[in-house]
Amino acid sequence: MSLIDVDIKNREELGRPHFIDQKETPTSVDDAISGVIFGKTYLWWVVGLAVSFGLLSVGGLGLTWLLMKGVGIWGINMPVAWGFAIINFVWWIGIGHAGTLISAILLLLQQEWRTSINRFAEAMTLFAVACAGMFPIFHTGRPWLAFWMLPYPNNMGVWPQFRSPLIWDVFAVSTYFTISLVFWYVGLVPDLAVLRDKAKHLFVKRIYGLFALGWRGAANHWHNYEKAYLLLAGLSTPLVLSVHSVVSFDFAVAQLPGWHATIFPPYFVAGAIYAGFAMVLTLMIPLRAIFNLHAYITERHLENMGKVMLVTGLIVVYGYATEAFMAYYSGNTFERFMMYNRVFGPYWPAYWALLLCNFLMPQLMWIKKCRTSTFWLFFASQFVNVGMWLERYVIVAVTLTRDFLVSSWGAYHGTFWDWAVFIGTIGLFLSLVFIFIRILPALSMTELKAISPEGKSAGGH
Amino acid sequence: MSAPQETGSGLFGLMAEFETPTDIVKAAESVREAGYRSWNAYTPYPVPKLWELMEHKSPVPAMTFMGGLTGAVASFAFITWTQVVDYPWNIGGRPTFSWPAWIPPTFETTILLAGLTAGIGMLAINGFPKPYHPVFNVDAFERASQDRYFLVIKSDDPHFDRTSTESFLRELGPVEVSEVDE
Repeated sequence: MSLIDVDIKNREELGRPHFIDQKETPTSVDDAISGVIFGKTYLWWVVGLAVSFGLLSVGGLGLTWLLMKGVGIWGINMPVAWGFAIINFVWWIGIGHAGTLISAILLLLQQEWRTSINRFAEAMTLFAVACAGMFPIFHTGRPWLAFWMLPYPNNMGVWPQFRSPLIWDVFAVSTYFTISLVFWYVGLVPDLAVLRDKAKHLFVKRIYGLFALGWRGAANHWHNYEKAYLLLAGLSTPLVLSVHSVVSFDFAVAQLPGWHATIFPPYFVAGAIYAGFAMVLTLMIPLRAIFNLHAYITERHLENMGKVMLVTGLIVVYGYATEAFMAYYSGNTFERFMMYNRVFGPYWPAYWALLLCNFLMPQLMWIKKCRTSTFWLFFASQFVNVGMWLERYVIVAVTLTRDFLVSSWGAYHGTFWDWAVFIGTIGLFLSLVFIFIRILPALSMTELKAISPEGKSAGGH
Repeated sequence: MSAPQETGSGLFGLMAEFETPTDIVKAAESVREAGYRSWNAYTPYPVPKLWELMEHKSPVPAMTFMGGLTGAVASFAFITWTQVVDYPWNIGGRPTFSWPAWIPPTFETTILLAGLTAGIGMLAINGFPKPYHPVFNVDAFERASQDRYFLVIKSDDPHFDRTSTESFLRELGPVEVSEVDE
């Protein structure tokens, strides 16, 4: 008897609800989920995509002007050379991390509830990492030379500086995107085969068939598939932890007070998962209501996500407390001033708003009524989305405005073009989400079938 | 199909369709007991008992390990070569062989190659992309990805006999038994 079987048995004895409606069969799962794709196009979808694309166009405008004029149109200058670009980069990549957590770590921990939300969360990871990746590239000032960061034999005779965390970042983020894409695609192949077989239109059949690669569900193929899927989960788990650790090294390896702290890697990883779960809730709650997916995304899924948000939120708050304590306990003038400046300096509203969003509001999740109410979950996750952006603003911009020498202090604020590019990436993210839910199964049909009563009857799962 | 024939040209095998996973596992047990070795089962989601009955060994874990090992060794050696041999740089008097700083890129490359081997390698050893396969010639097979379970005894099995295999399959309680054209 495997651990999962024990868990199912316990759940039944305790009378706890299942993670899938027990009336569901493989046929009903396919019909419900492929129905979203083969059904009619709704007006709200067209409007939603149009609005998202409009936002994306604002970003296009911002980037065009950036390429014509250079990074001087952004608010960055000495001493704040890392502005919105780095804040947004860290924010987006953090959002992506929940997808990997759900698909990989919860799979290894045999948390069955991940099954109905993993596909969507993985897609969210890819789109968020795509948004994140743009920022450092454009921030270099000459994005057409971004390939210089890769180690390739060149006529300049030099190699990238492998002692620099910025080069570690290139490796971490590109590996993260590639492996997330492979993981997502491998998971999609059997579902693409379902769409191939269910499609009525010949052209549609061919397109899905092309990407399904000829999948036929042979037992030996399934065996290799299961091994590969589990291995990818096992590889993604240390990967996701390493990616945000490396992102935090961008700061922690520098000597700046407020950056140079050993708490950074775990604190950043927890923050990433926190932000990511907030984003999953932000997208999943409307999706569930619109497509009537209550049988697959149950109240228990939402409640669990609320719990994860609470726990990671508390870890993040512990990070804030450690920063403040270490600043005091170090006895270092510059460390103490950094903390004083955050709380009472010219950017005090950002710090207090951050505490409101990331510390106070998520405490709602202690209350079961709030955890199980879509309204309160949505409400709290909006605060977390904003709060995590503010956190990076405080770490990146506020820290840089006032460093060691008073003579080199400065001020920082994002310009119109900073906001334009940021809004543009939100547009890109939402456009990709809208296109994704229309052409690909947002829930994994294959995995839902395997946890349906009929799938369970085959044993071993 | 023309008249029933022995093994060989034109016939890939015989396909039996089942309604539930329990049925196909029972059928696969009988097929194994009857001595057939060249058979396969097609299901909409993984049913572990089936590959256990086929005694299938998956090469994916070993491949992935080799991929990861290659990534680790190759990237660490490459970084060492660039920084120590090809273009040594004095950065604040730090040692040229400052290996701890090379752990993050080495780690990422290890994961990259292991992950690509697991994902793309799995698809490759399964023989994909493969747009044509004889099983798709059976119309009912489009439900193999959805909600039906299929078992095929291939014509290259030494025990395969067009007539006796068909009657054997019919005894297993399938919905339908069909011929699979090559």
